[in-house]
Amino acid sequence: MTVTVQCVPTVAEAARAVAHDRSARYFGGGTLLMRAVNEGADNLGILVRTTDPDLKRITSSGPTVTLGAGVTMREVLADPALAFLHPVARTIGGPALQAQATVGGNLFAPHPYGDMAAALLALDAEAACAGGPSRPLADLLRDTGATGSQVVRSVSFTRPEAGTFRFRKVTRVRPTGAPVLALAASIPVVAGRISGARIAWSAMAPRPLRAAETERALEGCRLDAAGIVGALAAAARGLDPPDDALASGWYRAEVAPVHLRRLLLEDGED
Amino acid sequence: MTVEFRKDLFADERDDDLVEVGKPTRRQDILGHVTGRSPFYDDHLFEGLLHMRCVRSPHHHARIRSIDTSQAERMPGVARVLTGADVPNNLNTLLGLMDFGRDDEPLLSTRKVAYRGEPVAAVIADSEARANDAVAEVRVSWEELPCVFDVEEALAPGAPVVNDTYPNNSFDYHDTYDHQKLRFGDVESALASADRVIEGCYEMSPIEQAPIETNGAIAAPETNGRFVCYTSTQALFFSLATASKLLDLPSNRLHFIGGTVGGGFGGKVDSIVEPMALLGCMLTGRPVRFAWDRAEEMQVGAPRGAERWYLTDGVMNDGRIVARRFTGYFDAGAYTRLSSYAIIKATGHLPGPYTIPNVSSDILCVFTNRTPATAMRGFGITGVDFAIESHMDVVAHEIGMDPVELRILNAYRDGDMKPHRRTAKNCALIECAQVAAQKAGWTIGDAFNAMASTREGGGERAAIPPTVTDRDGRIGERRAGRTGRGERRTIAPTPGQDTATSGTPARSGDAANYAHPAAAPPWQPGAVPQPPRTEEAPPAPQAPRTPAPGRYSRFATNAGLRRR
Amino acid sequence: MARKPLQFRLNGAEKAVFVEDGANLLDVLRRGVGDLTAKRGCAQGGCGACTVLIDGVPGLSCLTLAETVEGRSVATAGGLPGDGSHPLQEAFMAHFAAQCGFCTPGMLMAATALLESTPHPDRNQVVHALSGNICRCTGYEPIIAAVLDVAGEGGGGRS
Repeated sequence: MTVTVQCVPTVAEAARAVAHDRSARYFGGGTLLMRAVNEGADNLGILVRTTDPDLKRITSSGPTVTLGAGVTMREVLADPALAFLHPVARTIGGPALQAQATVGGNLFAPHPYGDMAAALLALDAEAACAGGPSRPLADLLRDTGATGSQVVRSVSFTRPEAGTFRFRKVTRVRPTGAPVLALAASIPVVAGRISGARIAWSAMAPRPLRAAETERALEGCRLDAAGIVGALAAAARGLDPPDDALASGWYRAEVAPVHLRRLLLEDGED
Repeated sequence: MTVEFRKDLFADERDDDLVEVGKPTRRQDILGHVTGRSPFYDDHLFEGLLHMRCVRSPHHHARIRSIDTSQAERMPGVARVLTGADVPNNLNTLLGLMDFGRDDEPLLSTRKVAYRGEPVAAVIADSEARANDAVAEVRVSWEELPCVFDVEEALAPGAPVVNDTYPNNSFDYHDTYDHQKLRFGDVESALASADRVIEGCYEMSPIEQAPIETNGAIAAPETNGRFVCYTSTQALFFSLATASKLLDLPSNRLHFIGGTVGGGFGGKVDSIVEPMALLGCMLTGRPVRFAWDRAEEMQVGAPRGAERWYLTDGVMNDGRIVARRFTGYFDAGAYTRLSSYAIIKATGHLPGPYTIPNVSSDILCVFTNRTPATAMRGFGITGVDFAIESHMDVVAHEIGMDPVELRILNAYRDGDMKPHRRTAKNCALIECAQVAAQKAGWTIGDAFNAMASTREGGGERAAIPPTVTDRDGRIGERRAGRTGRGERRTIAPTPGQDTATSGTPARSGDAANYAHPAAAPPWQPGAVPQPPRTEEAPPAPQAPRTPAPGRYSRFATNAGLRRR
Repeated sequence: MARKPLQFRLNGAEKAVFVEDGANLLDVLRRGVGDLTAKRGCAQGGCGACTVLIDGVPGLSCLTLAETVEGRSVATAGGLPGDGSHPLQEAFMAHFAAQCGFCTPGMLMAATALLESTPHPDRNQVVHALSGNICRCTGYEPIIAAVLDVAGEGGGGRS
């Protein structure tokens, strides 16, 4: 439907405007909402956007990293202190899309998108919402829908130890494209044993999510072919991979252990 | 990119005096492309331009009880809402222009829809957004109907009737058969006496051409009662004549401008956007733009249709293929478009670039509740070539022969008779296979490297064999559940018949043409190239050297057995 | 329908236009100010045919809310020389890097952005720079070769 655009100076005002009207949507980078507008989506009445500079802030020098929700993939790629996230940001569209797509928007991108969201899940990020306390990103994503009118201000997480964060994305076209699946992992190894691993998938369920069973299966294991057998067996458990034009849910579930192994052992081909 | 010209091949057949061929030459339109000035259809600005959007069926198959446009007509910015009643001549088939097939498709459907996305109304408004808003306000009362998506299920008795013009769910060929026939030699006898019978089933999904520019047209009034139409069409005069017919307007009142096409690949020949834009222009008196968005291009833009092919080969242990039988199904989707013609092309292509002395083929153009299919690069050929070449690999594997050698052995030579009664000329498959093997580092035997397209062809291989014909598959029999074998007759070759154009059997009343009513022995090519073998060809695994007549060894591959 | 004034620079020239609420930059360029060089291939952000430069950064004009370019600079293929004399244009012609031509303006803009930030890219950088732009005709190799040609020789087409 024909839309009205409201531009407000702060995130707080944007959040209030979105909460005020059922047909209002928060407008971030626009890669998802402009497409809906172009296609005449009939559930859009008001687009609320803000020029709040807080949304563009990156705090990346210390142990805690904070990314404003309006930070784009291009801005992530421009920050050497975020090098561990560059493999994620680089695969989200071409350079033009990277200049528009935001960290906040990726959290709510519908299937099959959401690679940055998966990465942030694997980093155990917390999300700060306008007018509310910070809460674990996993909870926010799980509850999305029930609390769809929240506006995320930023995400924060502890900088991963060198070499512990990994990301793998499988696409039909190279070098970038929508994922058949993507997975991100934080794999700390203490005294030769995996301790506190976090694995997150995108495109393997309606929303990006943590793979709890796989994480449990990795706990205390060695990071080698024998040590990850249990985790591979659990790879697709608890997931609900959708069918789409890129792959069937069946296919996604079948190849999930293959890509999990390649991610964990770093023995895969790109 | 470097191109290597193998001028050593066929050197005596070529004068090498061509001016342009073999040399890179700039496209005449490339300066426009690199400056962004090439005039695509949408690159023309009009004062007061209106935009058209379609109301489309959400169902694969449904009856239209009613269409209520009253609310949409009152929406802001709406100039007009069209339905099928506004189309002067609302039934067409693209190939009607060459008198092939019956009109079977409305421009805007009024009674029922047979594929998801089929248009039933169109809104014309002063912006695309407002047209979209009004589209949402058109109320259509649907009565869903059972639907069918599989070609073989569509042919079964009791399957839903997809297309009322063809109530048997298959195109009528030559007013007689539900399929296009090709008969050459005696396939049944040759299969019975072959060392091996190898079967396979091959399928190809629909493929969207996906041009970067979607289908679209802008129509505007000119003076003297004429209308100009800027269009993305690949087939300007085809589109002009189709629009003329649908709009019941003499073509001299239509001024079509095209020629700058943002990619087509076969997806811009169906001539739907032009009559729609023109109709809107005629009824509003204003310029009207009808541009498919990307979702429409993918959902209702006609793709290369799905095909399913069953191949049965009779093969000797030395690799000679002595018989090949095809049964092919083209999924036309809900309407004919160009599928019926694609089958004629496919038939002329059989059995691929090989000299096989006994060939038969039945190809059906089947209607299903899928998006209508149309042309795509090499259409009519690509699917069956996939089937043929896949099957050649299977045959090679089954008899334990090198797949390149198998192809060279069976490749047609200059002068050989093709099943559609044309003599093969300028053959080059053997040389292509030899060079490809060499480039790929694939070793083939000296005897095969010594073969040539220009030798060992013609002679007895140029003859048309006595051919067994039948009258099976007459229109309606299959849907009635009558698919038994009918009478066979053998037609003797007629001297000098090498320019006959059809493999279809003689019609009733042509009894004088029938000769040798008893089955003649299966014809074998006279001078089959015989590779000198120092050892016997590997024995066929798990198969009797001489299978019982009519007993097929098995499906050659698991892949061949896979069905949807 | 609400209309808002919008001012921006297009290929160095000041433009002022009224735009409808929710209008994308592509429609404003094409119908608002008559620059037809950016193409609508999908209006979904999937094809790159509408790629323009916004303050020198590549952007998908179909996904750009028009009002967000207020006061900014937009560059399109319409700003390239009409005689095809820009090195990239010459290289595209020399390498047969355009067939139907519909993706070409977007490709040229994506390549322009690359060469301005990275004058001598390697093949991998070229591939990434063009990864958001779909071409259905060429198979990409001639386009990659054209960009590498300009990058390698520091300008000037090969013919």
